[in-house]
Amino acid sequence: MSKIFIRGSEALSMAAIDSGLRFYAGYPITPQNDIPEFLSRELPKVGGSFVQAESEIGAINMLLGASACGMRVMTSSSSPGISLMQEGISYLAGSELPAVIVNVTRWGPGLGGIGASQGDYHQATKGGGHGDYFTPVYAPYSIQEMYDLTVKAFEVADKYRTPALILTDVMISLMKETLIRRFPEGVSIPDKPWAFKEKMEDKQKIIKSLYLKGNDLENHNWKLYRKFEEMKKSEVMHDCYHCNDADIIIVAFGMVARVARSTVDIARERGIKLGLFRPITLVPYPEEELSRLAKKCKNFIVIEMNLGQMLYDVIRIVGRDLNVKFYGKPSSYVPNPEHLFEKTMELFNL
Amino acid sequence: MKEVYKKPEVLKNPNFHFCPGCHHGNVHKLVAEAIDALGIREKTIAVIGVGCGVFLYDYIDVDSLEAPHGRGLAVATGVKRARPERIVFTYQGDGDLASIGMGESVHAANRGDNITVIFVNNTIYGMTGGQMAPTTLLGQVTTTSPYGREFQRDGYPIRMAEMLATLEGVALSARVAVCSPKLLLDAKKIIKKAFEMQIENMGFAFVEVLSACPTNWNMSALEAMNRVKEEMIPFFPLGVFKERKMSDVF
Repeated sequence: MSKIFIRGSEALSMAAIDSGLRFYAGYPITPQNDIPEFLSRELPKVGGSFVQAESEIGAINMLLGASACGMRVMTSSSSPGISLMQEGISYLAGSELPAVIVNVTRWGPGLGGIGASQGDYHQATKGGGHGDYFTPVYAPYSIQEMYDLTVKAFEVADKYRTPALILTDVMISLMKETLIRRFPEGVSIPDKPWAFKEKMEDKQKIIKSLYLKGNDLENHNWKLYRKFEEMKKSEVMHDCYHCNDADIIIVAFGMVARVARSTVDIARERGIKLGLFRPITLVPYPEEELSRLAKKCKNFIVIEMNLGQMLYDVIRIVGRDLNVKFYGKPSSYVPNPEHLFEKTMELFNL
Repeated sequence: MKEVYKKPEVLKNPNFHFCPGCHHGNVHKLVAEAIDALGIREKTIAVIGVGCGVFLYDYIDVDSLEAPHGRGLAVATGVKRARPERIVFTYQGDGDLASIGMGESVHAANRGDNITVIFVNNTIYGMTGGQMAPTTLLGQVTTTSPYGREFQRDGYPIRMAEMLATLEGVALSARVAVCSPKLLLDAKKIIKKAFEMQIENMGFAFVEVLSACPTNWNMSALEAMNRVKEEMIPFFPLGVFKERKMSDVF
């Protein structure tokens, strides 16, 4: 397979088309604009529809309609726009409709700034919309993963009939790297017997999230819960770098994890046994894998581009008895590997 | 014996949940009659807004999708673009279409999406218990305008059919009522036309139906029907405000 040199946003968009994306709706917001710009040009070439919606609320609801017709659908936005979409994401979850939602995060709260940030971890992983539901969340850290995890997100969204999120940032989105385009001929898409077809089949189909009678809603909630339990068994992804003999393990995701890999290399050159644990799925979180490491290694440092969000998941998993430090940087400037090395040394008094 | 009337085949036999004197039942039937008359049952997809009309899928036997409150026309845009071969209509109330969903409604109309809209205007929030709507008339008492709607505080009632008629994307914009046999027959024709226009790919077809809500108006069924005639029609005049002809399109 030949390699191409490509931006993250293009790799993601290309993966979406290779995954059979045929309906995209979105609204302009920085820093995710290259995705709709790419798709407005490329989707019509494969017979797909691109709609510039009147708002992010319009966009997510257009996805709901197109997804009900069995089409693979996607939208992208940046933090404030994703806030507006939360209502729709909750309805997609409640109506069991697959969709892929991409958040090229910016720095908040409010209008905030347009630089890289990981401030939306809580929103992405703990719901965001109302109700008792979970959405799988993927956090790519390379251009190859922008492609591969987008393909995965579409697959998982269909398999579990759920919205799936891709949580990335402007650094990964605008960075260029080599990419192996794994599915230039497209992937095979499962049949969706529940979706609206060319015409009504033998009986009426109703796609809804309102359940008022008897135990219907309780049963529906249990059904959503069972799907999530199944995802926990089958869909967890993580990455370990020098974790086996590590005295200290960095826990980081996305762009920070990318930087922290180099931090591990710097430490190892100096004889310090540093490792890196990287959740690739933030939901479901690689809990078993992390707690297994916590049996061997007693020192952890969580590093995020926020002031401590994933930190609470890590503490919950490894327990309060261990030595868990935190370093956070709420800034559009991605910290460099040397800086992270110095901070790690400082926090562990080395 | 000559058959002069029968129940539309697409109508199911549910436990009727509408209040006595409510016009939703009449409007449901007109929609069902249009679907039967045009033979489009298998092709039709209903996109249903939040309000008393949300159970439309229990009454009309077509593929149905529930939209979040106000988002019906964004949802319908997605449906129609994904399945252009199907006939898509939304069924929405005044709070849904003209308040929380105003943005989605106006933009779908302006894009000229080839969708039929049935807009039930009863000047009140029915399902939530009678609060002030964007179409509530001046002076009208509701649970959130207990002293009557006042324009200094609450603004004026919105005339949707006239407003949408100003948009280039709109193929049909009309207002009808179902409060007398004559008006009901007129409404039947316009609703059927709104579906026909979609079949002919004419664009966005919008029908506002003035409707009674006796329960939340604190009236008897008969009083409510009279209120439509005496108070609503003077402010919300009936008529076709815009109608695109075949020759305009092709």
